[in-house]
Amino acid sequence: MAQPLASHEVKATPEVQVQVVARGLTVAHGASVVLQGISFQIPPGEVFVIVGVSGSGKSSLLRALIGLQPPAAGQVLIEGQDLYVGAEADLQRLRRRFGVMFQAGALWSAMSVGENLMLPLQMFTRQTPAACEHQARAKLALVGLESEFDLMPAKLSGGMRKRAALARALALDPPLLFLDEPGSGLDPVNAARLDALILQLRDQLGTTVVMVTHDIDSAFAVADRVLFLDEMDKTMTALDHPQALLQHGPPRVQSFLKRRTARSEAGSLA
Amino acid sequence: MAPSAAPTLPAPPPDPARLPGAVSRLGQRVQAGLDEARITIAFVGQVLQGVGRLLRGRSGLRRSDLLRQIDLTGPMSLPIVSLTCALVGLMLGYMGGAQLQRMGAEIYIADIVTVGMVRELAGLMTGMILAGRVGASFAAQLGSMQAGEEIDALRVLGVNPIDHLVMPRLLALVMVAPLIMAYTALVGVLAGLVPATLVYGVPAAEYLNRCVQALTWTHLWIGVFKCTLYAALLALAGCREGLHAGRDAQAVGVATTAAVVKGLVWIIVAACATTVMLQSLGF
Repeated sequence: MAQPLASHEVKATPEVQVQVVARGLTVAHGASVVLQGISFQIPPGEVFVIVGVSGSGKSSLLRALIGLQPPAAGQVLIEGQDLYVGAEADLQRLRRRFGVMFQAGALWSAMSVGENLMLPLQMFTRQTPAACEHQARAKLALVGLESEFDLMPAKLSGGMRKRAALARALALDPPLLFLDEPGSGLDPVNAARLDALILQLRDQLGTTVVMVTHDIDSAFAVADRVLFLDEMDKTMTALDHPQALLQHGPPRVQSFLKRRTARSEAGSLA
Repeated sequence: MAPSAAPTLPAPPPDPARLPGAVSRLGQRVQAGLDEARITIAFVGQVLQGVGRLLRGRSGLRRSDLLRQIDLTGPMSLPIVSLTCALVGLMLGYMGGAQLQRMGAEIYIADIVTVGMVRELAGLMTGMILAGRVGASFAAQLGSMQAGEEIDALRVLGVNPIDHLVMPRLLALVMVAPLIMAYTALVGVLAGLVPATLVYGVPAAEYLNRCVQALTWTHLWIGVFKCTLYAALLALAGCREGLHAGRDAQAVGVATTAAVVKGLVWIIVAACATTVMLQSLGF
């Protein structure tokens, strides 16, 4: 049986230099515990990938990290401030420090793609409408959707919707980005483009990225560290660089990673 | 020899000790009802906070959203509401006339139609039609947004869904419903003219003159007050069901049905309560 990772095994980073801290996190839906004993720290500029089989609690953990699922126990700190404790105005300011790309895109369907990007700019910056539009177009150009500014989200393909959602997450130039299954439903070419974009954000803008995925190839391509969630023990069982986990991780983690990498190799040979 | 098919075992009988009894089922239903009531009360509280923020000028309500909702709820509802209220006015005139004719008091058809439409029926019919048309669409819109994580995307951004989604819909309906009610009351009164003149022989000018005499400010403000109340209730029912819908496509349908049923029930209860209350207060 895989052993849960003890809290002392988490790489110690001074809290002033960390962007995200999960401390003794327990996530539950009613009486049913989904995850427990989750502790980690993410320094700025890191691509931190959360993996695990379906039902292991990846998305629940992400929802707790972005403020949508109050934890049953423990804390989530973003830039040193508890995401669930404090005055509502402070919490709202804190939420604007990060962008979120949801699994299905979650573009606001009553607005055009351009309006989706302009809404946060209009609400939270003092820019003129023309400046907001200019910035929204620039973000869309970053993901290759500059000509889709006036389209409604329903007119976009699944991949385009994801890229537009990523552009919206980047609208306020957040230093921290949460991505929920960014590559799911994308063809290999677009998935590789998205991976390249994530690395570009990290390398050029120093953006911290927290990404949930079950795409191990993508995790190997972008991750600085990988957190493995175990659905049996309902906790984290490994946290390290993906190559290190592949070679020295707990047996169940190695087996999971090897099976996926073997499958992707077989797929590339075919 | 071919392998024999695996024997199928009979399903084990249910354990009587594990079956929920009548008392347990009743308890579960009561608990579910209490949970629903708790959610509704919390939602109404959040909306009242939203109204407070709006009055203090601290709301995130966008004027463009409000205007869009006014456009969706108002003009587009006019044809169906007009048709319904015209038929109600027609029936009221015809049936009222049948009773009044026995006393030779056909001229009072105008009083019955005017007071009935302005004070009670125009608001009630407007509310009921809007519950089916607008309340359902509120629930479907917000339920779809909930299923597509669009509301989560707003929350994460620090945008209050009450200010951004509920307040424009609530305000639009509260602003538009009295106007629709005034228009439909007029349609109903004019429809009552048809049986009054054609069936009971009341001269049109006399009918209209009696209508003006029967219409008092009291009847008018009571009608407007009731219609505004119904509009607020059905907007609350639609938004409450939509915002608390589940996260799948089926849940959107469930939320829509629940919004219509709740909206209608709340309107009927409010109609009874306000009628009794206003009568006992002497209005």
